Amino acid sequence: MSTRIFGRPESLATINFHYCPGCTHGIIHRLVAEAIDEFGVREKTVGIAPVGCAVLAYNYFNLDMQEASHGRAPAVATGIKRVMPDSVVFAYQGDGDLASIGTAEIVHAAGRGEKITVIFVNNAIYGMTGGQMAPTTLIGQETTTTPGGRDPAKSGFPIPISEMLGKLPGAAYISRVSVSSPTHVARAKAAIKKAFQTQIEGRGFSMVEVLSTCPTNWGMTPRQAIEWLEKNMIPAFPLGELRNWEKEQGQEKAQGSQVEVKH
Amino acid sequence: MGTSTAVRRVVFDEERCKGCELCINACPKGIIHLAKHTNSRGFHPATVEDQEKCTSCTFCARMCPDTVIEVYRDK
Repeated sequence: MSTRIFGRPESLATINFHYCPGCTHGIIHRLVAEAIDEFGVREKTVGIAPVGCAVLAYNYFNLDMQEASHGRAPAVATGIKRVMPDSVVFAYQGDGDLASIGTAEIVHAAGRGEKITVIFVNNAIYGMTGGQMAPTTLIGQETTTTPGGRDPAKSGFPIPISEMLGKLPGAAYISRVSVSSPTHVARAKAAIKKAFQTQIEGRGFSMVEVLSTCPTNWGMTPRQAIEWLEKNMIPAFPLGELRNWEKEQGQEKAQGSQVEVKH
Repeated sequence: MGTSTAVRRVVFDEERCKGCELCINACPKGIIHLAKHTNSRGFHPATVEDQEKCTSCTFCARMCPDTVIEVYRDK
C-alpha cells in the first residue's frame, strides 16, 4: 500500500498553464493554492489577476477571481475586501504591473494598511510584452530596451519595492523569498502562509515578493535561469522578512517588561 | 520483470510536462531524465524508470512549475 503525499492542491485548476517551459509562475501559483487549502478558506477567497504573463491567472485558480486593469490589482482588492470584510483577498502581480504602472496603487494600499495579501512576482523584466527593461531590472542586465545592459546613468536604478513598503506603518508583513531550489520553495511557502495568516487575523497589509525567472526573455534554458537568479538576483534583492508584526509585538513586549523592571 | 517494479513512488502526468528539467535539477538521486518520445504538445516529458531508488522526498514535485508530479510513499 502506498499513500499519496504530494499532488495538486484543490485551489489550483486542472487546466494546463500557458507559461513557457520552466517559468516559475507555476510554482508560485501552486504555493498560493496550497496556502489557501491549508487555511481552509477556498470558499471565501477572491483572487485578483494582473496584467502581464499572469493575466490568465483567473483560469488557473479554482477560486473566485477578478481581473484588474494594469497595476490596479491592489485597488480592486481594496474594494472587494472592504465590501466583504470576511473574505480573503489576494492580488497576484508581476514587477511590470506592481513596480511600474501600479506603484501608486501598491504604495497607498500598503499605506492605508488594507487587510489584503499581495503576491509580487519579480523576474526583473517585462515578460509578456517581449523582454523590455522593468523598474526591477538589475544594473548591467541586458533587455530589449537596454541592449548594452542597464546603465544607471541612462536608465536609473532598480527599485527595491519590499524595502520601500517595509517602511510604511500600515505594512504588517513584508517578506522577500525565492523559488530557485526546493529549500527556497519551502521558505516561500512559509512566507505566503504567514502573509495569509496576517490577513485572516486582521493584522494589516501583507506582501510576499517572490524572485522568479523568465527563461525566454533572459535568453536562457530554465536550469540556467535558476542559476542566474541565485547568482545575480538574490545579491541585488536580499531575501528575508522586512516586516513581521509578530516579531515586532515580541520586541514591544520585551521593551515593555524592561520599563516595568525600572519602576 | 522484477518482483518490486510495481512500486511507483513518483507519477508523471506526461501530457502536462514541458520538459523544462527543473525536476532533474532538484532530484538528489539523479534518477529523472527526459523521455525519448514526445507528448502531444511536442515536449520530451520527464520520467523515472528506477522507481526503487526514489526516496519520495518530493523535491521534484515542489520544483515542477506545471504540477506534473504526484508523489507516493510506501506505508
